[in-house]
Amino acid sequence: MAKLIVDGKEIDVPPEYTLLQACEAAGAEIPRFCFHERLSIAGNCRMCLVELVGSPKPVASCAWGVRDCRPGPKGEPPQVRTRTPMVRKAHEGVMEFLLINHPLDCPICDQGGECDLQDQTMAYGVDASRFRENKRAVEDKYIGALVKTSMNRCIQCTRCVRFATEVAGVPELGAINRGEDMEITTYLETAMTSELQGNVVDLCPVGALTSKPYAFAARPWELAKTESVDVMDALGSAIRVDTRGREVMRILPRVNEDVNEEWISDKTRHVVDGLRTQRLDQPYLREGTRLRPASWSEAFAAIAAKVGAVPRQRIGAIAGDLATVEELFALKDLMTRLEVKNIDCRQDGSPALPAWGRATYTFNATVAGIENADALLIVGSNPRRESVVLNARIRKRWRAGQFPIGLIGEQADLTYAYEYLGAGPDTLAEIASGRHPFAERLKQAQHPIILVGQAALSRPDGKAIAALAARTAVELGAVKEGWNGFSVLHTVASRVGGLDLGLVPGEGGMAAPDMAAPGALDVLFLLGADEIDVAPGAFVVYIGTHGDRGAHRADVILPGAAYTEKTGLTVNTEGRVQLINRAGFPPGNAREDWAILRALSDQLGTRLPYDSLNQLRAALFKAHPALARLDVVEPSDAGDIRRLADLSAGAVDRAPFRSPITDFYLTNPIARASAIMAECSALARRAAPAIAAE
Amino acid sequence: MAVRRLAPEHLQPKEFSFTAENLAWAQNEIKKYPPGRQQSAVISLLWRAQEQCGGWLPQKAIEAVAAMLGMAKIRVLEVATFYTMFLLSPVGRKAHIQVCGTTPCVLRGAEELFKVCHHRIHEEPFHVSADGDFSWEEVECLGACVNAPMVLIGHDTFEDLTAETFEKVIDGYAKGSPPKPGPQIDRHFSAPVGGPTTLTDPSLYAKKPSAGEPQQPAVADDDAKKPGAAANVHEAPIPKPPAADSSRA
Repeated sequence: MAKLIVDGKEIDVPPEYTLLQACEAAGAEIPRFCFHERLSIAGNCRMCLVELVGSPKPVASCAWGVRDCRPGPKGEPPQVRTRTPMVRKAHEGVMEFLLINHPLDCPICDQGGECDLQDQTMAYGVDASRFRENKRAVEDKYIGALVKTSMNRCIQCTRCVRFATEVAGVPELGAINRGEDMEITTYLETAMTSELQGNVVDLCPVGALTSKPYAFAARPWELAKTESVDVMDALGSAIRVDTRGREVMRILPRVNEDVNEEWISDKTRHVVDGLRTQRLDQPYLREGTRLRPASWSEAFAAIAAKVGAVPRQRIGAIAGDLATVEELFALKDLMTRLEVKNIDCRQDGSPALPAWGRATYTFNATVAGIENADALLIVGSNPRRESVVLNARIRKRWRAGQFPIGLIGEQADLTYAYEYLGAGPDTLAEIASGRHPFAERLKQAQHPIILVGQAALSRPDGKAIAALAARTAVELGAVKEGWNGFSVLHTVASRVGGLDLGLVPGEGGMAAPDMAAPGALDVLFLLGADEIDVAPGAFVVYIGTHGDRGAHRADVILPGAAYTEKTGLTVNTEGRVQLINRAGFPPGNAREDWAILRALSDQLGTRLPYDSLNQLRAALFKAHPALARLDVVEPSDAGDIRRLADLSAGAVDRAPFRSPITDFYLTNPIARASAIMAECSALARRAAPAIAAE
Repeated sequence: MAVRRLAPEHLQPKEFSFTAENLAWAQNEIKKYPPGRQQSAVISLLWRAQEQCGGWLPQKAIEAVAAMLGMAKIRVLEVATFYTMFLLSPVGRKAHIQVCGTTPCVLRGAEELFKVCHHRIHEEPFHVSADGDFSWEEVECLGACVNAPMVLIGHDTFEDLTAETFEKVIDGYAKGSPPKPGPQIDRHFSAPVGGPTTLTDPSLYAKKPSAGEPQQPAVADDDAKKPGAAANVHEAPIPKPPAADSSRA
């Protein structure tokens, strides 16, 4: 620890701290534009100047290390002053320089009200401009479908450039020309290809990079902010949903160091317009080939008539990808009461079973734990497509060095270098047996991670591959005292919650693919299940939000609430229980899904015993006490992995792993309803025809 | 300084690749840097590409260099647009004339040279003359203020110019027989005009008896550049130049 005096207050800080961090630790406020905790230090905005006693000039505190400070003449600790007239004058001078070329267009700027430059001008600037000259004019650049540029406003902090290069791992942004003419752009104004590009909007301290879809839509002070959790992938990123009236205007990230740090994917951020279009706002009944609007009672009556007329084993239920724990619980409860065994939450045919133990289907290493890992084997996953923010975490660890990464599955640009080991189970078996050279590197590692993706599991021999992967983890020392590196990366938000609740076929029940097969069932309930093709024949009841695949197939549509319109729990791929908060209300006659199931149960003569969400939660927590513990990851039982490894699970097919996600931008009904996502998807296909063709 | 952009598409060649000789040179250049640091060769490779392309950098050359060095294209574009000695649009076939426009040259008549450029080549800098042979630009100090005003054409400087002698230089390039580089008046490099004005007494150069070898005064430039006897005493052996340095070839 190094001693330092900041504004007369003596503090102890680690010597590797910068002066800026030391000043913050001492409680002093240091203004900054270019400095960002998660990016490299640029030191080019000069806003963070402080006085270092003994130094003739003010120093940029973001780029000055505590260990670079010299003690005073009598050996006293170095002194930093942040509020002297010298510092004040330095701030005013820097602000004046920054504002020379910054346009006075705050009234028409989307950043207005949440602009660092605006705020810091108020706090540190001078009151009037001394400049009569013309301001610099810069051409606006096209850098993609999501980020709008207004380059006159750019103060060249280069945060966006550093983000794209360091965090996103797609070095597409750069600063061309120099001096006054410096311009931020992509190479020849091509669209950015990063799935994290929306974050540069948050990073931009001025209004140079703003959100294109959100352009001129609202002012920050008009918006109601709701802290919530994302369901676009299985990571459960912390988000803030901003609404005006009942309309969701935008989604921003929240800081959650354990999950998403402060990044979210473009799908999470820009799916907003999908929440407005293609919505189901009233019940529909199929008459002949057409769906006609109906009342709730008509719809319920039709279902009750059908359900009453068929045997129990001809009824089934499939839960979708975006469902919250509450409605999954209500669905399971209803089906149990109806004595229906055909229930499943695994549309993709994953073999994961709650009976194997929770550790076999969660990301045991935890997302933050990736940073402690020292070797990684990716089995049948493309993290960049399946969980972009988690991929950024892997990249962060990889950038720190000494992190061998092996990949079995489809080759792809993951934004970090990896050793390509093979395409399918053969390679995995070779590693499990220790014959493969990469096995040695995993063995040597203290904290190796075996990341198992859905490409490996969601196939007919998934059970055998799960066992093989578990065996690999056990054999190579990924499962030991104090470390469990067997980590399953899910692709959908509801999966871990569904497995925790046991939404899998009961004894003699059918799994999702069998239920969808021709002639398998007479009545099928789909709770937002859109990723499965139900064969003709069955009477399909679709509870969901969007006029997507499920609704097209449905005979009765019951309009539900999207994830911004209901309160509920969701469990991420780590097994972390998080709370989704309601930011608005569902449109028209749509209702929250658990309430629909509750009302339906009444009509079916097996009334669910809860009249409010709180009562439902009480029942839920009574049955599954672990789900009551929010925001923590329960320690996993390594014994589960060992038992899975010993499971004799049949033969392994030698076919290569194929990722279940072919298009990152269009993985769920909300995204498919979004025009922005469609545009991004088209851009991505055009940018990478070679990869798409693989 | 001005905003610099790549040349419009119709001026861009369809492809670029280093000649065999340049490629070998470039690979040697890359080898000078430790593995993983090959990006350090970006400026020298761009420069060689510019020379190969007739004095300017086409888009394909930038992309070829990026591919060779494993860099993102934007990173190479950053370098190419930062350094003004990389020219991004086509230049004159016979000469691209860089006229010094810094204070000493302007005081000594560089404005006359600009006028010549305006009427002989093009009103605007970076534009190729009607016949495609010449282009010009204003540059900052070329480093021979004592010989102001001056221009730089390719590797050669032409100094002590007037409008007339400058026209002759251009004529020379047009005919393919440029005049001798250096001062265009009766002057030896930066020595006084019309010959030496000091140290003219011949007795200074008369043979003087000395302790050892009789010391000859340097009379020619070539002699003057040779180190004297005292300077040739080395306590340590003279380091040998790196054998693999092909850039000296």
